[in-house]
Amino acid sequence: MKILVIEDDRDSARYLEKALAESGHSADIAADGDAGFTLADSGNYDVLVVDRMLPRRDGLSVVAGLRAKGHRTPVLILSALGEVDDRVTGLRAGGDDYLTKPYAFSELLARIEVLQRRNGAADVETIYRVGDLELDRLSHMAKRAGQEIVLQPREFRLLEFLMRHAGQVVTRTMLLENVWEYHFDPQTNVIDVHVSRLRSKIEKGFGVPLLHTVRGAGYMLKVPGKT
Amino acid sequence: MMGRFRAIVSTTAARLSALYLLLFTICALALVLYMTAQAAKILRTQTETTIIEEVQNLSQVYARAGLPGLVRTIDRRSRVPGANLYLISDKAGVVLAGNVAEIDGSILRNEGWTREPFEYMRFSGEAVEPAHHALAHVFVLPNEMRILVGRDLGEPERFREIVQRSLTLALTMMGLGALMIWYFVGRHALKRIDGVSAASQRIMAGDLSGRLPVTGSGDEFDRLSENLNMMLGKISNLNEGLKQVSDNIAHDLKTPLTRLRNRAEAALASRQSASDYKEALTDMIGQSDQLIRTFNAILMISRLEAGYSSERLERLDLSEIAGDVVELYEPLAEEAGAALSFETKGPLAIQGNRELLSQTLSNIIDNAIKYASLADGPAIKVSVLQENGAPVVIVSDNGPGIPEPDRERATERFVRLENSRSAPGSGLGLSLAKAVMKLHKGEMRLGSDGQGLKVSLVFADAGS
Repeated sequence: MKILVIEDDRDSARYLEKALAESGHSADIAADGDAGFTLADSGNYDVLVVDRMLPRRDGLSVVAGLRAKGHRTPVLILSALGEVDDRVTGLRAGGDDYLTKPYAFSELLARIEVLQRRNGAADVETIYRVGDLELDRLSHMAKRAGQEIVLQPREFRLLEFLMRHAGQVVTRTMLLENVWEYHFDPQTNVIDVHVSRLRSKIEKGFGVPLLHTVRGAGYMLKVPGKT
Repeated sequence: MMGRFRAIVSTTAARLSALYLLLFTICALALVLYMTAQAAKILRTQTETTIIEEVQNLSQVYARAGLPGLVRTIDRRSRVPGANLYLISDKAGVVLAGNVAEIDGSILRNEGWTREPFEYMRFSGEAVEPAHHALAHVFVLPNEMRILVGRDLGEPERFREIVQRSLTLALTMMGLGALMIWYFVGRHALKRIDGVSAASQRIMAGDLSGRLPVTGSGDEFDRLSENLNMMLGKISNLNEGLKQVSDNIAHDLKTPLTRLRNRAEAALASRQSASDYKEALTDMIGQSDQLIRTFNAILMISRLEAGYSSERLERLDLSEIAGDVVELYEPLAEEAGAALSFETKGPLAIQGNRELLSQTLSNIIDNAIKYASLADGPAIKVSVLQENGAPVVIVSDNGPGIPEPDRERATERFVRLENSRSAPGSGLGLSLAKAVMKLHKGEMRLGSDGQGLKVSLVFADAGS
């Protein structure tokens, strides 16, 4: 994946460049808003990572400018401003996701990968399938190996989100934001308990595990051996 | 003294009263001038009418009794005290009869009305009175004798004099009064303002606890001072809050930072295996995450307490918010072997911020689960209800609770009561809850149902 990082702090930028390369992605760095805009406008990137506060031209204006020119490249906004209102402003300017500094690299990576593989098809699909696990978004039914699994409404949304991003790492924060719509950090890992509950419902008695824990990052729903 | 006077003169009150005085004087002058002019006109008309009547009368006497009769009549009439002016002369100007002692000869020469009031001397017995002013009508008999009938103008002149004198007196007194009022009012205002200035200078010089003087009279100066005092109070609260935050940051962030640094130093100093290094680093990441959490909480509390958070309030259902958080924690409670129950009587509208309230409830329920699990058969009860019309969420647990004398202190920042030192947490949960409730114009109350802690979040009445 080709990523453009627009970040003025040299250390952070270099660290991102290196860490992204280790994860198998190539990253270009732009140190200010103007340079970032020019690169993003001409280059062919899969994802843009844009710091909100940049010299010369601020991050939100870069994103808004790109959107005005018709660029659809997914954008992840990085910011030290973490209030809900700041987030809303960031997403309104054309960002697709918003991550507050300081962040864990695993969180950033998971979000970039989700953004890049984001496909419009998943929005219109009414049935998600992973292996023999099946989720019908219209009838709100989940089945495994043809057998119905009874889920609470929140469990259903949790499974829906995991299946929509099957094969991708989904972090706890992403789950909290997308399934519960909370943007704060609960002190205890409440999400883990929910996931393990869901796991026992979809795996107990079915043999092959589908919901995997990715150490230090989050969870991934996939058929073992398949990518 | 001069400077003080100038200061009074330049006060608004003084300027206004000077302006009023000027306007009043102009109006009073105009009124008095108009009145005297009107009165003089009426008196003059009256005088002229009297004279004409007299002349007609004398003409009749002359027609009836001839010259001797006329001279006699004039002579008789002119001796009556306060009489009109009479004079009869032959064509050479020699006075034959009358009560005029001395008169400018030219007046007799022109027949008809004298154009201007003229000066004359009058007989009064033997004595000659000082000069009088009069208006007169002169007419010529067929034998060219001249007769003058006039009326003394002393009366209207005295009237005008009286009016002018009283006007001058009244205006002078008014002017003096205004000057005095001006001086005292101005001096009073100036004294109060000087007091306020002096107090604010003391405050600026560093006496932040100083306040502006309030006399207790409840006048506009008092109201102004009271408002400014409230503002000063708010500022000093914010200032203290800021100082407290920086003290707390210094204390509570430096401690974990020192621990973090020590951990790194210790890992570096000893020769260890790669897995030991890895463990040290993981540990350090965990510690930094905790630091970030604490830092975020401090920032948030400060922002909320300062009252300039950008978070907006909207109409929300309190039952739904509490229900969602309970649902989030339910599996965790179950894992801890605690019974988490939720009670509500249906939707309850409040003005609130979903994110902040969810976070607050999440902190409180998280704590409740932690402390309840220290007890036998841990139980946490969350209920949404209305108390005297005010929406309330109550979270109660059956843990060790907080002893009553410590409850007030428990909401202060970073206070971790003795028996809670062992449990993880930043010690900011309750102070965050307090700040959030303040933003919602409600309050947080700590209590107990005999056992454990009972946290009540009381909201302002949603209807208002």
